[in-house]
Amino acid sequence: MVQAVTTLKTERRKTESGSAGGCASSGCGSSSDKLAHLPETIRAKVNDHPCFSEDAHHHYARMHVAVAPACNIQCHYCNRKYDCSNESRPGVVSELLTPEQAVQKTLAVAAAIPQMSVLGIAGPGDPLANPERTLATFRALSEKAPDIKLCVSTNGLALPELVDEICQHNIDHVTITINCVDPEIGAKIYPWIFWNNRRIKGVKAARILIEQQQKGLAMLAERGVLVKVNSVLIPGVNDEHLKEVSRVVKAKGAFLHNVMPLIAEAEHGTFFGLMGQRGPTHDELQALQDACSGDMAMMRHCRQCRADAVGMLGEDRGAEFSIEKIEQMDIDYTAAMERRAAVHAEIEAKRQAQREASRQTTQTSGGEVFVAFDSLTRRRPAAPSTEPDAVSGAISASASASEETTPLSSHPATPLVAVRTASSRAKAQASTTSRPLRIAVASSGSGVINQHFGHAREFLVYEADAQDVRFIGTRRVHAYCTGDETCGEAESALAGTLRALEGCAAVLCSKIGIEPWDALEAAGIAPNGEHAMEPIETAVAAVYAELTANGALNQAEPMSALSA
Amino acid sequence: MAYQITDGCVNCWACEPLCPSHAIQAAKPHFIIDPSQCSECAGDFAEPQCASICPIEGAILDASGIPVNPPGSLTGIPPERWNTAMAEIRAR
Repeated sequence: MVQAVTTLKTERRKTESGSAGGCASSGCGSSSDKLAHLPETIRAKVNDHPCFSEDAHHHYARMHVAVAPACNIQCHYCNRKYDCSNESRPGVVSELLTPEQAVQKTLAVAAAIPQMSVLGIAGPGDPLANPERTLATFRALSEKAPDIKLCVSTNGLALPELVDEICQHNIDHVTITINCVDPEIGAKIYPWIFWNNRRIKGVKAARILIEQQQKGLAMLAERGVLVKVNSVLIPGVNDEHLKEVSRVVKAKGAFLHNVMPLIAEAEHGTFFGLMGQRGPTHDELQALQDACSGDMAMMRHCRQCRADAVGMLGEDRGAEFSIEKIEQMDIDYTAAMERRAAVHAEIEAKRQAQREASRQTTQTSGGEVFVAFDSLTRRRPAAPSTEPDAVSGAISASASASEETTPLSSHPATPLVAVRTASSRAKAQASTTSRPLRIAVASSGSGVINQHFGHAREFLVYEADAQDVRFIGTRRVHAYCTGDETCGEAESALAGTLRALEGCAAVLCSKIGIEPWDALEAAGIAPNGEHAMEPIETAVAAVYAELTANGALNQAEPMSALSA
Repeated sequence: MAYQITDGCVNCWACEPLCPSHAIQAAKPHFIIDPSQCSECAGDFAEPQCASICPIEGAILDASGIPVNPPGSLTGIPPERWNTAMAEIRAR
């Protein structure tokens, strides 16, 4: 399987809360825009690609079609026997599709989920080890659905010989999984490759694979194809080495590096899982991503999705589009394309408005970098009564409606003043301390805090300090409050959530029950439902200010592993 | 003489396009080798192609019924480790 798979997700349905949905995400043109250094042509290419642009993943969906079962190498984190509908990780699929079925499924999803912008082939084997099936799918789709971006991921072994074909099919996004550039290290990750009609093992195999990967990367870059490199972080095997990998692939022309944590459990039946190889901790992953970020744009929103995932990143609506169901669907794709174009235009208009708003606040703050505070004061309406209209019916925002917020005039000299007069915990005092805090967020999309704590399947983790709010990654959890018989396991699920949120000073959500509230407080994590429907980064900044004023920074170090 | 595919096969298609004799066919519940077609790649390749790309230990047997890729030979997982882990998981 290709652990490279690109897909992520985070948000799902667009809520109707456009007016409240100021996107403060890092990709919106703020000073922390990670892709800001790229030429306009490249930014345009990734603008609506949820896996290549962090901001896009709040707005656009993706899908993978599982047409490529064969693989030409073995990785120690992969078990080719695996096939399960409940597991969410690369290489796992529910049903293999023929190219014809894949085309039908893609059209069905594109019609039903108009914000789906990207079709990727990512396995369950290696797409380029199945060139006929993979290319037949791309060929048909570039004819029938010219409005869908095509994307492929590969281990790179067969890449050089297929580069020209890839270019012919308008595939302008490719992900290569590169775990090493040193064959000695490669031999600890890849037990064998199939090459020139022979199975080759050991260092020799790794050397060939690495050569092919590097050659393919350079060829794609020469032809103007955008290349993302995925690397699996394997503690004790390639952790330090990935810094070198990041430098090398950047020099060869990759534009984004995605370091993903190893997934290794004995029940997965993989070599690493069975031999007790551990995956990295959140801190180890972040430290490595930070170390690589000096050389390279880093992707941190990857959800390591399945090879048949459908929907927003982190979301999987694959069950709605099984072979059985799509065979009964009658799709008028011409009509669907019109609707898709309208929906995409709507999304872009909204994003443009958000960028404008972001630029204006930056200007009025006189160069103050702490954008979120200004956004907050500017965006909060003087009349709070307009807020309920902005709230999606599915998600209650009572927490936000119940609280009065006093808009403050911009006060750049003391940006950390607490902003919520109704909050008993907020002290109106500035702090000069700038130790960063991690703050977790429950969001189901559009860049706002709009999810019930107990419904969250993942939390977005941000790191805030007095200067900036930055997204650092996601923590996957089991939703403990599913409202059905599985609620019997609520206690253990909540314990798992608490572990996932370790190191966070607070968790923001639209609503939260009393039981998890108490458990979070006992664990030293401040639960907070006061910022429902607010833009994520704005709310995180406000909560950082509250916590700072409240003296959280003087308490025991919750983030010991953070580098300065 | 012919090779043979067992029920360990995961239907990944890797072997099918490689067979110089077109002896391999997709079938339910798993792929099969037509024994009348299989040449064991004699005259075409030094090594039997299906067994050289197959990722599943024990899925392909040679003419005498012996696994070409015995347990541990492809994944590097010692068979005893595999058996212990599977027993632990089943006992949960």
